[in-house]
Amino acid sequence: MRENLHRFFRAARGVGVHVSPAESIDAMRAVKQVGFSDRAILRDSLLLTLAKSQDEKLALGDCFDLFFSQPEPRQDQPETGDDGTSQEADQQPSSSSASEPGEGQSPQELGPLAQMLLSQDRNAIAAAIASASGTASLSDIRYSTQRGIFSSRILDAMGLQRLRDDLDQLTATNPALAERLRAALDALREAVRDTVSQGLALYAREEAENLRNEILRNAPLARIERRQVAEMRALIRQIARRLRERYSKPRKRQRRGHLDVRRTLRRNAAWGGVPFLTAWKRKHRDRPKIVALCDVSGSVAQVSDFFLLLIHSLHEVVDDVRSFAFSSHLIEVSELLEKNSPEEAMSEIMSKVGFGSSDYGSSLVDFEKDFMSALTPQTTVIVLGDARSNNLDPRADILRRISERSKRLVWLNPEGRLAWGFGDSEMPRYATFCSVVRQCATAQQLERAVSDIVATYQ
Amino acid sequence: MADQKASTSIEAVESGLAAQGYIASRQIATAVYLSQQIEKPILVEGPAGVGKTELAKAIAAWRGMKMIRLQCYEGLDEAKALYEWKYAKQLLYTQILKDKLGEVLGGAQTLHAALDQLHDFGDVFFSKEFVEPRPLLQALEQPGGCVLLIDEIDKSDAEFESLLLEILSDFQVTIPELGTVSAITPPTVILTSNSERDLGDALKRRCLHLHIGFPEQRLEERIVESRVPGISQALRRQMVGFIHEIRSLDLKKLPSVSETIDWARVLVLLQAAELDTDIVKDTLNVLLKYEADIEAARPQVTTFIAKAARSNVFG
Repeated sequence: MRENLHRFFRAARGVGVHVSPAESIDAMRAVKQVGFSDRAILRDSLLLTLAKSQDEKLALGDCFDLFFSQPEPRQDQPETGDDGTSQEADQQPSSSSASEPGEGQSPQELGPLAQMLLSQDRNAIAAAIASASGTASLSDIRYSTQRGIFSSRILDAMGLQRLRDDLDQLTATNPALAERLRAALDALREAVRDTVSQGLALYAREEAENLRNEILRNAPLARIERRQVAEMRALIRQIARRLRERYSKPRKRQRRGHLDVRRTLRRNAAWGGVPFLTAWKRKHRDRPKIVALCDVSGSVAQVSDFFLLLIHSLHEVVDDVRSFAFSSHLIEVSELLEKNSPEEAMSEIMSKVGFGSSDYGSSLVDFEKDFMSALTPQTTVIVLGDARSNNLDPRADILRRISERSKRLVWLNPEGRLAWGFGDSEMPRYATFCSVVRQCATAQQLERAVSDIVATYQ
Repeated sequence: MADQKASTSIEAVESGLAAQGYIASRQIATAVYLSQQIEKPILVEGPAGVGKTELAKAIAAWRGMKMIRLQCYEGLDEAKALYEWKYAKQLLYTQILKDKLGEVLGGAQTLHAALDQLHDFGDVFFSKEFVEPRPLLQALEQPGGCVLLIDEIDKSDAEFESLLLEILSDFQVTIPELGTVSAITPPTVILTSNSERDLGDALKRRCLHLHIGFPEQRLEERIVESRVPGISQALRRQMVGFIHEIRSLDLKKLPSVSETIDWARVLVLLQAAELDTDIVKDTLNVLLKYEADIEAARPQVTTFIAKAARSNVFG
């Protein structure tokens, strides 16, 4: 049973519950106290010791239910009504075959697997499957393509070879018994297949999830498929949580060793300026202030969507964010994003300014006219867009003024570096006034970009 | 301990707590049982007013132990939670013993010898007598064990969490001048949190994690029954059903068990025989604590009463 618990811990890790060795020891001790007799209590105990949040409890509860539901070999005897009658029905043929040794081989001469199958002992078969899956190390299964190989490994471990020999012999001597054995073997194969599928669901999830996240992190945001949008949102939330954890704690940093003469003199005025108490220079740190200008036209819209979601999930780190969206003209969208769910907010933004052909020049004019006062020397301005202005006047002079008024101007461009400056891209002209220009096409690049921006305030 | 009732089984925990007026669900009873068996603290999370603090009180009353409570808040530190030196007493004693100093040091010929003698003497001032034990140290020093309630741990700073780790895993604290103080009898530790911030993994790892949510209807009826005995069964069912309907609304603060009990008391005081629209509207402020919530719930009152009455017929 201890082996089973270990396998359960692996399965638990698969569903995203972090089970450390210390926690598994606790769980073992708890299980030792409560025993295995009451399933509900066992479930509660494991949930208490292993899961450390409400989400984990839900996930682990499901995992527990899946883990402890053993697939059983199906009994496809037509007369089987319920368990009681099937037991009796099983008894009769086996006893009759035993009482008629003249007709063929007695079951004693068959291999153990054949005997087990013929006796239709469900518990024994289930136990044999379980132990064979242990031998075949089913818990190492990673990909769905491995299902076949693991099934055959389990069957081999159960003694399929011997069963085949038995079958060959029986076909010659006792065709009726052979037929029954064949049917039982089919049922067994099915049961093993179910076991392997269950194993895949239990143990392979972690790996599959990691792989999928890895792919998702490096997928171009602009060309993401509709069904993946929800997953991507979840990933962005994860990134936001990570950044929050990293940057939300104000790190105490003092610049020691530099005497603040002015403050020292003032503090010691009472002693006639004799410096009894010293004051040291402190490093003044700005609170992050961000003004984000996001292009929501065409292909950039999706990237802007994820970017806005990320920047607005960073409340603990940056509480002062003003966001603006534009394609042909520019509006402020901060309030929309604060009040609504990201899906609603985005669809409303799109209905207001989206789907137009982008005009960077007039959007910058809009910004200068109404919102220039939002910029202070502590502000980081982030522009997210492909800088494709449809050959209209780019008004780079406004961008220069924005850059002069703010602490930093960061341009995030979803297009690859190679495409900058070709066609109607105005990127090189804008880039002159930017502190940083970087490509930002995938979730990973987005995370790095935002992380760098926040880090400058630390 | 002869008088300490060992909880031999989960049922015993359940009935023991019930005798103190705390109706525990099976999960709660299992957690309490396990925490005693494997000597682990319980971290209780859940919305306000579902009986997290009450659980600690009930355990203390049931097992006849003292309860020591440490209320956490921002800025709580070692000196307030663990121990403090009695500076005033130390100073006073040095003043009083000043005359003695001459005698002690009189025999010394050189400065060096005097210093040696002073060193032997100095440790006297950093001894057990001059330590003021705060809740955490008190809990370790109880000879018969105790229930240590660390309330609203999420309100304290992250640094304080780290301070707790030694106590939670080994039931001991280290005072630099005195050495390590271990618990005489390991206390039963209950930590509560309203999930205002995420607790550190290190802390969570050392605890059994128990989430208490809003109870099921049956359980809540039993809780009201034990806390407000004067209420009739029909009214009890109706009001609990009504509250369950209210909880389906999207409100700023959902009414929890403590509000249910308060409301039951109010209804008994007003001698209500059954729920009707007027009495509910008049007493809605007992259940809901925000004006906006009351406004949102008010139009639904009649429908909810009808629903609660209907569920009574079938339930």
